[in-house]
Amino acid sequence: MARGIMEKKNMTLHLRVWRQKNASAKGKMVDYTVNDVSQDMSFLELLDVLNENLIKKGEDPVEFDNDCREGICGMCSMVINGIAHGPEKGTATCQLHMRKFKDGDTITVEPWRGTAFPPIKDLVVDRSAFDQIMAAGGYTSCRVGAAADANAILVPKDMAEKAMDAAACIGCGACVAACPNGSASLFVAAKVTQFAFLPQGHAERKQRVLNMVHKMDELGFGDCSNHGECEAVCPKEISIKHIAVMRREYFKAAIS
Amino acid sequence: MSLDSKIPSGPLAQKWDQHKFDMKLVNPANRRKYTVLVVGTGLAGASAAASLGELGYNVKSFCIQDSPRRAHSIAAQGGINAAKNYSNDGDSVWRLFYDTIKGGDYRAREANVYRLAQTSVNIIDQCVAQGVPFAREYGGQLDNRSFGGAQVSRTFYARGQTGQQLLLGAYGSMMRQVDQGTVQLFARREMLDLVVIDGKARGIITRNLVTGEIESHAGDAVLLCTGGYGNVYYLSTNAKNSNATAAWRCYKRGAFFGNPCYTQIHPTCIPVSGEYQAKLTLMSESLRNDGRVWVPKNKGDKRSPDQIPEDERDYYLERKYPSFGNLVPRDVASRNAKMVCDEGRGVGESGLSVYLDFRDAIKRLGEDTIRERYGNLFDMYERITGENPYKVPMRIYPAVHYTMGGLWVDYNLQSTIPGLFVLGEANFSDHGANRLGASALMQGLADGYFVIPYTLANYLASNSFSKISTDHAEFITVREGVENLTKKLLSINGKKTVTEFHRELGKIMWDYVGMGRTESGLKHALQEIPKLREEFWKNVLIPNDPQNLNKNLEFAGRVADFLELGELMARDALHRNESCGGHFREEFQTPEGEAQRDDGNFSYVAAWEYTGENKEPVLNKEPLDFENVHVSQRSYK
Repeated sequence: MARGIMEKKNMTLHLRVWRQKNASAKGKMVDYTVNDVSQDMSFLELLDVLNENLIKKGEDPVEFDNDCREGICGMCSMVINGIAHGPEKGTATCQLHMRKFKDGDTITVEPWRGTAFPPIKDLVVDRSAFDQIMAAGGYTSCRVGAAADANAILVPKDMAEKAMDAAACIGCGACVAACPNGSASLFVAAKVTQFAFLPQGHAERKQRVLNMVHKMDELGFGDCSNHGECEAVCPKEISIKHIAVMRREYFKAAIS
Repeated sequence: MSLDSKIPSGPLAQKWDQHKFDMKLVNPANRRKYTVLVVGTGLAGASAAASLGELGYNVKSFCIQDSPRRAHSIAAQGGINAAKNYSNDGDSVWRLFYDTIKGGDYRAREANVYRLAQTSVNIIDQCVAQGVPFAREYGGQLDNRSFGGAQVSRTFYARGQTGQQLLLGAYGSMMRQVDQGTVQLFARREMLDLVVIDGKARGIITRNLVTGEIESHAGDAVLLCTGGYGNVYYLSTNAKNSNATAAWRCYKRGAFFGNPCYTQIHPTCIPVSGEYQAKLTLMSESLRNDGRVWVPKNKGDKRSPDQIPEDERDYYLERKYPSFGNLVPRDVASRNAKMVCDEGRGVGESGLSVYLDFRDAIKRLGEDTIRERYGNLFDMYERITGENPYKVPMRIYPAVHYTMGGLWVDYNLQSTIPGLFVLGEANFSDHGANRLGASALMQGLADGYFVIPYTLANYLASNSFSKISTDHAEFITVREGVENLTKKLLSINGKKTVTEFHRELGKIMWDYVGMGRTESGLKHALQEIPKLREEFWKNVLIPNDPQNLNKNLEFAGRVADFLELGELMARDALHRNESCGGHFREEFQTPEGEAQRDDGNFSYVAAWEYTGENKEPVLNKEPLDFENVHVSQRSYK
């Protein structure tokens, strides 16, 4: 018998889930009940169980993006009880476990919503805009084969750590989903800051921030007005301070 | 068919340099005339697309996720090896080569592994230039840590997210090429077949996962960078979408499958908690640098760990392997965990786990240092299990993690189908029967950044290519085959879901083709898998919506392929009457319970050839010659 199942009581949970057949169809909330939910289940495993039940009844399962289920690929993306990735701080949906809920709870599950993230089906949306922003400057231009010895570039430990804090972004888009303006500022700032903190990023520092910010605007993401919702939902707890760094980088680049 | 590994002649250390000089080149102005289809965007695929795009080839890149950045390389935690010898502890290209050959239990090609060790130093340079935020010393230089199977510190890392950072580096380079127009991106596309014309790989058939449309793409070469097949076991540390379909369908088009039975069971994973479990989570091997593995000395000791006194604990890895201790290679650590659990000394409710204890490390180094080193892993453990590993020892158990087997390739990474190249975990080439920790990232990037740009050019410059469009009769035939398969799957309308079949297959594979294999168990699997496959094709139930996103339909095709691949794995495991690395046949072990190789009879790569539906595959052998290392019984004592 698996660990924990004996002593922990299983739950009955009520789900209100956004169903939408495709991009052009009209969507609506639909109610489901799932019985016998183990506290050790992840939220996605709960949806797996729901889907198995639906398929057996001849109904369409709820589509949702997911892949690594370790909180690192950034694929899972749902608004749970009004909060992107749900109630547990610093946690992607796939790492949220049912022990955070109570027997009899009703849980609403919706997709990311945002002008730049058009719907695809049920809880799945199109986040390819993030790829377009990355194509606009989310890299250093270094040809394969042209690099100097790795230790030729010294990076102070604290700067490497700060760069890593920013680089930890998993590109899930929760920041956009949570922002009242639908801004991608935290996503863009994380990449801009990573390179601003590292000597490798300096050659293209100005062009990078201008290009990425302009691309974000062009794709229909809103601007930042310091609500701080992005930081609150970020599964990697990336600080809103990065947006301040990005703004400073932007001004410096724009006036020079 | 005789297998030509195309290993260049000459001394080991000069093979690759000489070969690079001997190979033909494609003039910069001609490169744009070639279209290269790169399937998969993990470390191998993204690095290949980036480097080929930079060179000026016309690259089309395909991935099943919504973005190339989500490929499962992203989840690699611990690090990447390179023979930099920055630690001044005796490392060298030769030592990395030697450790990898030995770690693979002498079942890999010397020439490939040597090249891998050589290019490892360039990879670190490249990744640093990309702005990968590797861990640093106070003086600003790169930090290293040690990993299993080595006595030097050669592993570079970015917290517990090394794979993520390396992949984002490669993805960034690739997106730069997207911006420059050399790489064209096709996300949410699944490759469902290979188009071979006049004996050369000339295209692929994909399904647009959003619209269901079956699409044809023509090119001059196909690079398969689609990862491993660990998900054949249902429960593994692979991502949910990781699958073998692209590779399997290439196998059915004539690409040989090398060493399918070589599977890596990773020793440090979070144990299974219930039937609903969808996947397993790895805890990085780096934890074994500071964590001590133990179980109670006495069977059935149900006391909580803090109640078990020191002299009643068995730190079995330290006891049995004093030189390597907790850092023995993965196969050895996994097998020993299974052995102590089989003896009834496993811990936790199920008795299927062992402790990984940080008590002593915390006492020695302080909680802050441990948090700095492994904080994100400890947090992840606590989120999943609800237990605090700073206070209570972690409980771990082995889980399927990586597959050393894969499509057979020659030294140029070309499969038995001309023009079909296979990179990264999808090929069989570099890790023999067991991969060392922090070597998967190294191989993926070596293949993509530093090998394929040369060997692909040689192929393109050495062959002539007739102009082919997707209206070609062969494209139409293959495409119809794919469409019919989808129709057939949807028409079954049975009673059991795809997941139920997958879980059943996984159980057969884990029980009989898992950590300990026997002749009778494998024979049993060879009866059970075809039965399950037959039932699948009569009784699977898939939501009937081919024109919209339909994950169950995608999974149905993948499970159908796993049901065939699983049988080949069992067949390969049964034929290999020896134990080596991750392939442990219980009949073949030393008196101490270590893997007992049979070099006289099995020092070869088993390359399986497809011969048709329900026909037995043919076994081809590529002998392994060891000219530079002395082959011996592996010892980590």
